[in-house]
Amino acid sequence: MSKKITMPLTAEKVKSLKAGDSVLLTGMIYTARDAAHKRLVDLLEAGEDLPIELQDQVIYYVGPTPAKEGQPIGSAGPTTSYRMDSYTPALLEQGLKGMIGKGLRGESVITAIKQQGAVYFAAIGGASALMAKCVKSAEIIAYEDLGAEAIRKLYVEDLPLIVVIDAKGNNYYEIGQEEYLKTLR
Amino acid sequence: MRELHVSKIIETVKKLCIDANYYLGQDIRDRFKEAKEREDFPMAENILDILIENADIAQNEQRPMCQDTGMAVVFIEIGQEVHVIGGSLEEAINEGVRQGYTEGYLRKSVVGDPIERINTKDNTPAVIHYEIIPGDGFKVTVAPKGFGSENMSQLKMLKPADGVEGIKEFVLQVVKEAGPNPCPPIVVGIGIGGTFDKAAFLAKKALLRSTSERNPKSLYERLEEELLVAINDLGIGPQGFGGRTTALAVNIETYGTHIAGLPVAVNINCHATRHSEAHI
Repeated sequence: MSKKITMPLTAEKVKSLKAGDSVLLTGMIYTARDAAHKRLVDLLEAGEDLPIELQDQVIYYVGPTPAKEGQPIGSAGPTTSYRMDSYTPALLEQGLKGMIGKGLRGESVITAIKQQGAVYFAAIGGASALMAKCVKSAEIIAYEDLGAEAIRKLYVEDLPLIVVIDAKGNNYYEIGQEEYLKTLR
Repeated sequence: MRELHVSKIIETVKKLCIDANYYLGQDIRDRFKEAKEREDFPMAENILDILIENADIAQNEQRPMCQDTGMAVVFIEIGQEVHVIGGSLEEAINEGVRQGYTEGYLRKSVVGDPIERINTKDNTPAVIHYEIIPGDGFKVTVAPKGFGSENMSQLKMLKPADGVEGIKEFVLQVVKEAGPNPCPPIVVGIGIGGTFDKAAFLAKKALLRSTSERNPKSLYERLEEELLVAINDLGIGPQGFGGRTTALAVNIETYGTHIAGLPVAVNINCHATRHSEAHI
């Protein structure tokens, strides 16, 4: 059974999510990956305002393919998250409540997730044609020059996700693999 | 001497870039189905279903199966009796990539310089490997390589004394360290022998071989099978959430090497192990 979650992702909603939960996410989310993250954190370090308000928001690590005519977006699956690790704690401090990507996160990110009461979701890596069907609208709102890496505002309906790291720091990559290995013993 | 005009090469490379990104190979689909039958861990079964559905959507709706449509790796087998006319062969291949990635709505993921990092906006340059073969044939294979998995690849110069056990240990270590990052279930390409550069080339070449074909030499056929079992015993599973299916296949390619060396390269590919080929 999947839990239905709608944006914005408040602290209350974050608390209800546990590592291993299947989630269908609906609402407005932002996209950003490597180059966009660098620009956002450079702005913070310079003491300037960000082009997006992060409080209770979610960032999806995705660089979509170009949209064909009549479609809001091209294929849109998650990119590998660890490349964003050095930037993530600073964004969580700005009120960001969730990240969507795939793969492992570093200790500093897990610590920041616990401190800020946030959540890390995985989308299914490579299932990009399927996930694109959940994206109902897409609009570039910053860093258009970055092309696939520009910041987009997406409206998604029932985007299928799995909670990997919950606000308590439980890690479903570890839990899932341990549970499987137990079935072998 | 057979004459082959570059316009034919441009057209072919263009089509192969698109085909490889839209259509998942039948061998990978067969591996997904076999994996589904053997897998009894619920989350893993669920993910395999999603991956099969995704490949169907991509094929039916003519869209890329993954948003990382890769850097174009192009393998050319050119007969020594072939004379390419009408322009530069290398420029023709890059022009095919340029047209394929633009007309196919594929993501342009290539930067012109690794430090300056300015996107070339047409996915060139391609990485091109040429092989001269006897006769007047001309074969092109386009293998778009996503970097979620490419980044997890490794190469190690083992000692001859490390032998088969050393190879196994290194491969398992690479797969373990990669964990969920390269979008398992993965296909593992392994190059053994040659020099530092040759081993890496062989590992990449191994990924072109169908997952239903084993290495013709029984020593390596056995090693492919043993490694597949050992990798799947790690429990990483589809997407790293646990399960039996961490890898769909292990393909090994080998070459002679020096008395003092045992180079081993492990090139990891995600479940979308894409390649399309054509003879022109």
